[in-house]
Order: sequence, then structure tokens, then C-alpha cells
Amino acid sequence: MSTAEPAPAAPAAAESVVPGWAAASAQARLHVVTGKGGTGKTTVAAALALTLAAGNRRVLLIEVEERQGIARLFDLPPLPYAETRIAVAPDGGEVRALAVDVEAALLEYFQLFYNLGLAGRALKRMGAVEFATTLAPGLRDVLLTGKAKETVTRRAAGGEPIYDAVVMDGPPTGRIVTFLNVTVAMADLAQRGPIRSQAEGVATLLHSPSTAVHLVTHLEDMPVTETLEAIAELREVGLPVGSIIVNAVTDPLLPADALDAAAGGDLDAAAVADGLAAAGLTVDQAGLKTLVEQATDHAARVTREYELESELATTGLPMLNLPRLVDGVDLGGLYELSEMLTDQGVTLDRERP
Amino acid sequence: MTELSLRELVADQATTVVVTCGSGGVGKTTTAAAMAVAAADAGRKVAVLTIDPARRLAQSLGLGELDNTPRRVELDAPGELWAMMLDTRRTFDEMVLAHSSKERAEQIFANPFYRTIATSFSGTQEYMAMEKLGTLSATGDYELIVVDTPPSRSALDFLDAPQRLSSFLDGRMIRLLVAPGRGVMKLVGAGLTLFTKAIRTVIGGQMLTDATQFVRLFEDLFGGFRERAEATYQLLREPGTRFIVVATPEGESIREASYFADRLRAEHMPLAGLVMNRTHPLPASLSSLTVAAVDAGISAIAETDPLTAGVLAVHGKLLAINAEERRMLTRVTRAHAGLPIRQIPALPTDVHDVADLRAISL
Ligand SMILES: Nc1ncnc2c1ncn2[C@@H]1O[C@H](COP(=O)(O)OP(=O)(O)OP(=O)(O)O)[C@@H](O)[C@H]1O
Ligand SMILES: Nc1ncnc2c1ncn2[C@@H]1O[C@H](COP(=O)(O)OP(=O)(O)OP(=O)(O)O)[C@@H](O)[C@H]1O
Ligand SMILES: [Mg+2]
Ligand SMILES: [Mg+2]
Repeated sequence: MSTAEPAPAAPAAAESVVPGWAAASAQARLHVVTGKGGTGKTTVAAALALTLAAGNRRVLLIEVEERQGIARLFDLPPLPYAETRIAVAPDGGEVRALAVDVEAALLEYFQLFYNLGLAGRALKRMGAVEFATTLAPGLRDVLLTGKAKETVTRRAAGGEPIYDAVVMDGPPTGRIVTFLNVTVAMADLAQRGPIRSQAEGVATLLHSPSTAVHLVTHLEDMPVTETLEAIAELREVGLPVGSIIVNAVTDPLLPADALDAAAGGDLDAAAVADGLAAAGLTVDQAGLKTLVEQATDHAARVTREYELESELATTGLPMLNLPRLVDGVDLGGLYELSEMLTDQGVTLDRERP
Repeated sequence: MTELSLRELVADQATTVVVTCGSGGVGKTTTAAAMAVAAADAGRKVAVLTIDPARRLAQSLGLGELDNTPRRVELDAPGELWAMMLDTRRTFDEMVLAHSSKERAEQIFANPFYRTIATSFSGTQEYMAMEKLGTLSATGDYELIVVDTPPSRSALDFLDAPQRLSSFLDGRMIRLLVAPGRGVMKLVGAGLTLFTKAIRTVIGGQMLTDATQFVRLFEDLFGGFRERAEATYQLLREPGTRFIVVATPEGESIREASYFADRLRAEHMPLAGLVMNRTHPLPASLSSLTVAAVDAGISAIAETDPLTAGVLAVHGKLLAINAEERRMLTRVTRAHAGLPIRQIPALPTDVHDVADLRAISL
């Protein structure tokens, strides 16, 4: 269903908002997407992967929360623990996906250093992995970040990276810093041996310009607060922050000059009544009152969103905007969101490291 | 579509326990609290067990003090509202105390491994919510207990958690890691030894020592725990118990609610119905403003009267949202014919206090 819309109002906070995609992000090879639960991490990570794949590139989308969110989003059966091609970018690029299975990753990891033989399967049956990861929650994170690093640094025979970029649908803001910094902690813990050097390698990658952590948020109080907190924490431990991606933004539908009055409850009802008559619409008093209420709620919401957007802008970070799609996000919607990211400058730099 | 009346459900003397469940952030806590207020308004003595309520709601219900028992909420109502917020760690401690001597309990509390389990094992919160429900129910103090469930990534977690925690605590794995190469595990041989060595490297030797001690301390308690969990799960199948599945009109959340409804049926747990929270119903006063009328109206005045055009566009957006919500609802009713459903309109702001809770249409 489409509704004709008047020209949208210009965002009031526009002056203070820097463009959306920093040069550093265009250079980064590992893009970690975090945000408060339910704000659109999986959706945005997928759209970002599609965008970065444009121009005949190969991008890997990694899921680390074992929820098969990517499969659901792309309307596919559950993904195996193997890199699987799931989408093509409009001009020939390719997105592959990997749903990391922690158990499998743990066995793979140990297989790297010790020869497990048949023990692997038996341990799996016994729930050894869940046990170990519960005892040492950091173990899970080490495995996941380790796997991400492996995909980022994997090279073809000719020496060029297999993937132009890796996008991770990451853990929520509350856990992101522990998650990304776990290898630093782990390197401190394990005094020597393969685990230590592995942890050091991952920590180096994550703290380097090859990584960008992007934060998805709604323009609502709690998500914005969490985003600001997460940014401060990420900066404190020296993890490179990329863009803030403001998702599900309300389209401003009222003219900019009427917004403040409307939000304050001073919408000119008489003028609207005249306008409706001029448009050939008959609405009774109760109907008019409802229309005015709806417009007032809308205006209040939009002005609040502007305020929150300005708060986010104080971080000085680049900001990207994605609107709320009324029909939810299906595959078509995903490409639509991806295109909007492209239009806001999201891209990979031509030169490869 | 069968209408579900939550107000009638909680006013009914036959209803003694109501459990709200659903995926993260859909409104489980809000619905639970609103139902409890409605029960008190209907003259009943009700306790609501909330889990991690939003800060402002917690404040207005006086949930600041964490003594892990219900507190009376001042309310202008014929009944009584008692509210509490689950303290997982404390509930676990209480359970340990109830099953062992004081000295033994002290030793357990001091064990770092216990602290890990009691605070961060992924099923503990779910398990303790049920444990607390069992305790509250056993007091016989309340005519109705409304229980919220933890924000789990999936609604099903809460049914599976006790099993998970039980098999975790029964000590098999710990013994394996501490003393490999015995019993069945001999079969897998050298690879295993390497694996346990690897795990030890990562987990750290101290943690394993603590774990071993914990298993020894916990051994006798374990049977008691299991029985208790089973008794609580029996309570969930009793005739006075009702489950409410909460969802928002979004694909993901509805899918989750759907799984949950199927699962409850399979487990013979009584599902009262589905709450579709945060919907956008259309006011009857504007029934003449169809999508076509709105579109035509906007085209007619977009140039001359941007304000009214904007007002119409806002309404057009609501029409679109409402159409999408109805589509979602049809999907649910088709998959679960006869499932009673309650639609709760989205309030313009978050739900912060008793007045807001009363504004929720139950
Ligand atoms: N721009 C958008 N417009 C409309 N709906 C959206 C938009 N972005 C996300 N959604 C919807 O919001 C819901 C949550 O999105 P998503 O699953 O991506 O969030 P998430 O942050 O990954 O959630 P979780 O914390 O549960 O992993 C989904 O139903 C998704 O389709
Ligand atoms: N009908 C409603 N109208 C407006 N806001 C609502 C409505 N229902 C819930 N909310 C708001 O939505 C947010 C989430 O609600 P709530 O905390 O009840 O969800 P929950 O399912 O318990 O979440 P969690 O899974 O995190 O425990 C809260 O801020 C609450 O005030
Ligand atoms: Mg997700
Ligand atoms: Mg809750």
C-alpha cells in the first residue's frame, strides 16, 4: 500500500550531523555490528553486507549468537556451520553467510592444536562444550572472535584475501566490550602456548584500523543511553568505533515549521478543518479531534527523535539513517535498506590492504 | 477470532496462577503488572513476581528494596496488590539453605563455582523464577500469583532451563574433567586427555578445583532440588494455572509465540491465549478516511496546504500500519484456530506507573 506524502520536513538537527561513513570504515575489513536487543542488528548487518558487496566483491556475514537470525531474514533453512552463499549484490557481488556453531568451533579450535581423534564427538554428546563455556564464558567469545579473525585473514593461493570484508552480526551493546576485549583478558590469563599467541593475534586485529564497530540504535531513550555508554566503553579500551546507524527512524510527515507547535499541542485544528474541506473530505468533530491527536503524537515523537539524534551527534561519530519500513523487512526491504546505505556513502575503499 | 479478556481471567476465583511469557521486549512484565493491578481492582489479594522490570516501573511499584519477598503496593482498590522483583542469587541461596545444614550452606556460598552458577548460568534465572513461584504458592497467602518470565532470547528457554541446570549440576562433566580416563570415557582415550588438558588451560586449574569441591558439597542436595523442580512444574499443570503468551505484531515475535503455543499444548500446560501488544487500532470516527480517500485528499492540497496534507499523511501511515497488523493477526488465527486473542493498543508513551497500567486495555 502506498500513501502519497508531502515533501518531508528537513531534519532540525541536520547541521550538527556529520555524514555517515568515515574513510576509516571504508578501509576496515571487519565490521562488527552491535546495538541494544531488538534495534535491528541482524537486519542492519545484512544490509551492510549487501552494500559492501557491491562492485563485484565478496563479503562474509557472520552470526555469533546461534539464533539462525540470518537464515530467517533471508528466508532460508537453518544455515550449516559452513560458509554458504546467500545473496548476490545488484551488480554481481556476493554475500556468504556463516552461522558459527560454538561447539563445532571449539572442537575445530582444539583440533588445531591437539589431535582430538574420536574424542570430539563423544564430548559433544556429553555436553562438554556447554559445560566448558558456562564455566568460562570468555571461552565462547574467544572462539567466536577467533573464527572471525580467521575469516578476515584467510588468503587465496595468490595471496589476496578471500573476503573483501567480513560483517559480524554481533552481541548486544551490554556485552560487546567484554566480547571484543576477551582476547586481551585471555592473553593475560594464559601464560604461554598456542592459546596465548592466538589470543594476541585476535586482540591485535580487533584493536587495529582493520576493524570498525558500528552501533545500531532506535531513537528512543533506552537504546540511545545504551549506545552512548557502549561508545564510551569501546573508546576507553581502544576499540575502533565506526558509524552510528539510526534505525527505524520515523519519517517526518508534517511541515518543519509546524512541528514544534504541533508537538506542543498547539496544532491549528481550525486550519486543518478548512484544509480537509478544501480536499473534499468530510470528517466530523470526533474525527477531526482524532486526526489532530494523531498528528500531535507524531510531532512529539519526531521532535523527540531530533533531540536524541543531537545527543548521539555529540559523540562526533558519523551517522547513518534508515527509515522504519511499514511492512517489516522482507528480502525486498533488505535490498531497499542496503541501497539507502549506499546512497549515504557506505562503501569499501578500492585499495586493498 | 475469539476475544480474550484478561480482566475476567484474573478476576475469576478459579484462576490461581498466571504466567506471562513471550520473546524479549514484547511486554511480558508490563502485562503481568497490569493484570495484577486489575486483579486487585477486582477485589482479590494478588502477588506479582516481576523479573528485571524497567527502572521507572519498578520505582513506582516500590520494588526498589530487594528483600526477595512481596511488598504491599499502596493502591486505591478493593483488593490487595503485593509486588516483588526476583533476586535470582538470593532465591538460589534460600533454596540451598532449605536443603542443607547451615555450615554446609556457608561452604557452598563461599565456593566461587557456585557463584558462577548462581549468577550467570543461562538457565538459572528461569529456574529460580519457578522456584520462587513454588515458594509463594506454598505460603497460601495469595488468591492469585502473577509470574513474569525472564527476557530470554526464546520463549521456550524458560521451559527447558530446569532440565539444563539439572544436567549441569549432576556432576558428570565435572568428574570427567577432573578425573578423565576412568569408566566410559576410557573408550575415547588419548584425544580426551588432550581435550581436558586444553579445557583446563582455558578454564584454569583453580576453577576446576572449585568445581570439584562444589560437586562434593552439592551431592546430597541434588535429589531434593530435582524433586522440588518437578513439584513446581506440576503446579504449572494444575487447573488454576493459566499461561499468557505475549507478542508484538512483528514476524519474529509472532513466530516465537506460535512455537510457544504449540509447545505448551504438547506439555499439557494450560494456555489461556495470546496477547498482541502495541497494536494500532483505527478509531471508528475516521472510518470514512480510507487509503484512497487519504491519497486523493493529499494530492488535492499538497501544494496549497502542507499542514493538512501532513496531518492526512500521518493518518495514512496509521492505516498502513493497521493493515499490516491485521495481516499478521490473520496469520496467527489461521495457524491457531480458536486461540483466544487480546489486542492491547500501543500507549503513546512507555508504561511507568499504576495509572499507566490501568490505562492498558485488558
Ligand atoms: N528499518 C526497519 N523497518 C522495519 N522493521 C525493522 C527495521 N529494522 C528492523 N526491523 C524489524 O525489527 C525486528 C528486530 O530486528 P532485528 O532482528 O534485526 O534486531 P536485532 O537487534 O538483531 O534483534 P536481537 O537483539 O533479537 O538479535 C525484526 O522484526 C525486523 O524485521
Ligand atoms: N501497550 C504498550 N504501550 C506502550 N508501551 C508499552 C506497551 N507495552 C509495553 N510497553 C513498553 O515497552 C517496553 C518493554 O516492555 P516490558 O518491559 O513489559 O517487556 P518485556 O517483555 O518484559 O521485556 P523483557 O523481555 O526485556 O523482560 C517498556 O518500556 C514498556 O513500558
Ligand atoms: Mg539479531
Ligand atoms: Mg520483562
